[in-house]
Amino acid sequence: MNIYAIKAIYKFEMARAWRTLMQSIASPVLSTSLYFIVFGSAIGSRMANVDGVSYGAFIVPGLIMLSILTESISNASFGIYFPKYTGTIYELLSAPISAFETVIGYVGAAASKSMILGAIILVTARLFVDFSIAHPVWMVAFLILTSITFSLFGFIIGIWADSFQKLQVVPLMIVTPLAFLGGSFYSINMLPPFWQTIALFNPVVYLVSGFRWSFYGVADVGVGLSLSMTLLFMLLCLAAVWWIFRTGWKIKT
Amino acid sequence: MKPLDYVQNPRPNGNGPIISVSGLTKAYASGFQALKGIDLEIRRGEIFALLGPNGAGKTTLISIICGIVNPSTGTILADGHDIVRDYRAARSIIGLVPQELNTDAFETVWDTVKFSRGLFGCKANPAHLERVLRDLSLWEKRDSKIMTLSGGMKRRVMIAKALSHEPRILFLDEPTAGVDVELRRDMWGMVQRLRESGVTIILTTHYIEEAEEMADRIGVIRKGEIILVEDKNVLMEKLGKKQLTLHLQNPLAAVPAGLSGYNLQLSGDGQELVYTFDAKSEQTGIADLLRRLGENGIDFTDLQTSQSSLEEIFVNLVSERT
Repeated sequence: MNIYAIKAIYKFEMARAWRTLMQSIASPVLSTSLYFIVFGSAIGSRMANVDGVSYGAFIVPGLIMLSILTESISNASFGIYFPKYTGTIYELLSAPISAFETVIGYVGAAASKSMILGAIILVTARLFVDFSIAHPVWMVAFLILTSITFSLFGFIIGIWADSFQKLQVVPLMIVTPLAFLGGSFYSINMLPPFWQTIALFNPVVYLVSGFRWSFYGVADVGVGLSLSMTLLFMLLCLAAVWWIFRTGWKIKT
Repeated sequence: MKPLDYVQNPRPNGNGPIISVSGLTKAYASGFQALKGIDLEIRRGEIFALLGPNGAGKTTLISIICGIVNPSTGTILADGHDIVRDYRAARSIIGLVPQELNTDAFETVWDTVKFSRGLFGCKANPAHLERVLRDLSLWEKRDSKIMTLSGGMKRRVMIAKALSHEPRILFLDEPTAGVDVELRRDMWGMVQRLRESGVTIILTTHYIEEAEEMADRIGVIRKGEIILVEDKNVLMEKLGKKQLTLHLQNPLAAVPAGLSGYNLQLSGDGQELVYTFDAKSEQTGIADLLRRLGENGIDFTDLQTSQSSLEEIFVNLVSERT
């Protein structure tokens, strides 16, 4: 195990976040605060409770998930895309480091950043709305699982992308709609029956539902199912990453 | 010159070649056959220059040895370690300076060399990195972001990165392309010092004078095949033609008929008579020629001989085989 290499990649990636503090932390915090002001305070004050939870508090888990999803993908995809773009990936390819170690370094750093961000947003949310966390251990578990899973997904996108446009297109065209339609701002029980069925094909529904359960003990789908679906998605991403390194797809000719 | 003290003592794994390439081929997905059955051995501690025209396969060969490109067939051993099966051991003793200036623009010089050392599995060693940076005149720039450096400085940063993990084999792919004369001289000096420290150096180059100046052995690659590997001096001797130039007292309009048996040419408005001969032949014919000149009443004021450069040898070699 090349521990020094993992540490080097991890530190490098974390340092990048520190350097770009505005993009990595300040901008997601700002946008989440705006959501809380608009949906939580302004609109939320006129909305009925959802599943017995005030609307402002109800959207907290969903908003944290939304930020974690987008930031994990953006951080991890950029982290591996940038060396490809600048050509510095030569060093990674010529280093005595395994695929596994590379992934731990990049995905670990992206996931860490997401978790830190998630914690910051949680604290920020407390400034706007009052909420409690029923199952803190599960909350942390969902946070970690989601951060890792979507960082893996981002890593795959970063390897797949061969232009900055492609790097943007998946988060923008697929992940954002999935996140918005995944019950971040509402319970899927509020949807018409047909759309409820459709929603069950959206992996984000399970993440948000499970995460919300850890806060308020209420969920759209069973927590066991939420956990299984999250793990399944993580396994799919792991399999894809394994295949990428086995074949050298898009990184090695 | 003092050898670099920061380079690990070579720990020879036997006395065999430090790199041995056998039956190496590479076909890209496009169908382009970049390498066609390369067999090559690099000796421990030598400076090996790989010469070849553009697109001959130099970079592909280096990239495969360093693990950036997958080989199609064939095996490569780096100090006895198979570069695919035993990639960790093989790669940890190799340093690569690629042709392109690929750097992390936003990083500082210090951070980037520190990163490289870690990536290659070495424990932090600020003292070593300091020596490398000082040797490459980069120490003053250690806190500068790479994007603020000149092209030549960036090239040095790439070299510093490659030396950060104390490699025993160093690949320099076109190290002096686009580099000014002073930096080129500096680099040549550094390569010599590295060699004196026991590092094996393989460089590719377009500049024949670079190979001529530095290399112990020269390999010529053309269209994916190694067409020649030879000791530099032997090569130059073997293929070298010599020329004798006579500065004449009185200009000639044409080569006198009596001397038509010699390979003679007039130049410098008839002021110079140039005799081309084979340096390795036992009978160069110089003595005969000079005697005949005397008999023909041709006096000369000065004479000099010159040997053809590696460049001429190279051009001859590559064009002969086309």
